Amino acid sequence: MNVLEVTNLRKSFGNEVVLNDLNLTVPEHTATVLIGASGSGKSTLLRCINLLEQIDDGEIRVDGIEISDPQINEDEVRRKLGMVFQSFNLFPHMTVLENITLAPIKVHQTSKDEAIMQAEKLLSRFDLLDKAHQYPDRLSGGQQQRVAIIRSIANKPRLLLLDEVTSALDPVLVNEVLAIVRDLKQDGMTMVLATHEMGFATQVADEVCFLKDGLILERGTPSQVLENPQLPETKDFLKRVHEAGRL
Amino acid sequence: MSWSPSEREQARQKTRQKIARKKIGVATASSIVVLGTLVIGLISSPGWQVVKETFFDWAYGREILHLVAKGLITNITLTIVASIAIGIIALGLALARTSRSAALTPFRLLATAYVDIFRGIPLLLVILLVGFGVPALRLTGVTNSVIVLGTIAVVITYSAYVAEVIRSGILSIHPSQRAAARSLGLSQTQTMRYVVLPQAFKRVVPPLLNDLVALLKDTGLVSILGVTDAVRAAQIQGSRTFNYTPYVIAAILFLLITIPLTRYTDRVLKRSIEKQNAQGSA
Repeated sequence: MNVLEVTNLRKSFGNEVVLNDLNLTVPEHTATVLIGASGSGKSTLLRCINLLEQIDDGEIRVDGIEISDPQINEDEVRRKLGMVFQSFNLFPHMTVLENITLAPIKVHQTSKDEAIMQAEKLLSRFDLLDKAHQYPDRLSGGQQQRVAIIRSIANKPRLLLLDEVTSALDPVLVNEVLAIVRDLKQDGMTMVLATHEMGFATQVADEVCFLKDGLILERGTPSQVLENPQLPETKDFLKRVHEAGRL
Repeated sequence: MSWSPSEREQARQKTRQKIARKKIGVATASSIVVLGTLVIGLISSPGWQVVKETFFDWAYGREILHLVAKGLITNITLTIVASIAIGIIALGLALARTSRSAALTPFRLLATAYVDIFRGIPLLLVILLVGFGVPALRLTGVTNSVIVLGTIAVVITYSAYVAEVIRSGILSIHPSQRAAARSLGLSQTQTMRYVVLPQAFKRVVPPLLNDLVALLKDTGLVSILGVTDAVRAAQIQGSRTFNYTPYVIAAILFLLITIPLTRYTDRVLKRSIEKQNAQGSA
């Protein structure tokens, strides 16, 4: 069963076409990794799926329901999707626990006790229970991003969107964040991730898509795309990533 | 491990102390010379005696102090009552102006027009219009009390000022906060209530305290309607004796409230800037 189906998606900002006739299918319990240079359209694709951007043409379906229909209830769609941002975007005026329980209590009508219990369970699973009552500005970047991931999975989303979740982090903090994502993948979470961490992509991806100028130029298993790329564009991109020491 | 400063550091400390002592000496001497000259110049000037009798007749001042102080209570009461009403109305205006809902379009337009108009009219003019204009309508069931009408006029104008302060606070919250909240499934209203407004309020506290100080001073303007506030009380006494000490007394009473309040505002502002900078570097 496919959780996400994107068909002939087109999105432009002014005269600049960011996504061009893009097709993507994400089956349940799989992870699709988007790679490509900055500006290739990875983040825009994730923002379109999350209805943060309005698309110009094409169709997006989640669990078979067309969410690109203008009459759709956006809030209801977003309840099914989790999104984690490059810049964490935790709410600075709320403690870690309040950040995590806000949506379960206010959106999903979970009782307060139940929401706190669930949040504490997730926090202790990822070694953050001692931070429950701290404010985000007292946490390291890696801890903040882990809290942001927990916040989005506390809603039990059907699909998790991760937008370069380690790009704003110190290299030594990257691994603690990637470890969570790996755990979630093992739990069977369906996800779409944009990342520059190729080693990590190899580990979690069921499918890797290489984007350039809003098009998926090459796609396949990690070993096909990352180790045995066919197109010169993919080879060139991977060579440059390698030179930057990130392979 | 214990650490004791090296000989070199001890010598440096001595030199630093010497420099500091010299600076204090220079500051003290220059202050005495400048301020002393000013005071002596003022007191020894030929008009000083007249000035002192006209503005600083302390014996007379003590005599009328209770009258002016009683008037000041009116200013304070008026400020408290008005600030509550202003807070509620201004929040409504700011929310109406920042809303994107189609159903609220007329309110958005009305709120924009309201703010444009009342931010652009002198407060004194609004006080005259409401204070003298409303009674002239001879409406039944509408109060003719000048103090109530004066308060309403102040509320009308200040709501427009404060609405803009709150609105700028709302707009200053980074769009990524809104995106994060909407991504979690929160509705527009929930996003505003739980994510945007709490952060916006923290940011606008210092400018709102500034407005509170300005509001207290501007309540003095309702004296034009005949409300016996501190300004009016001073005026009554002053015109009886042709001595201006009551005005000075009123000024001093206002300062006793406004100076601590502005100092407090500065402290809050400093703290909030420090906090924002800390957040930026985290």
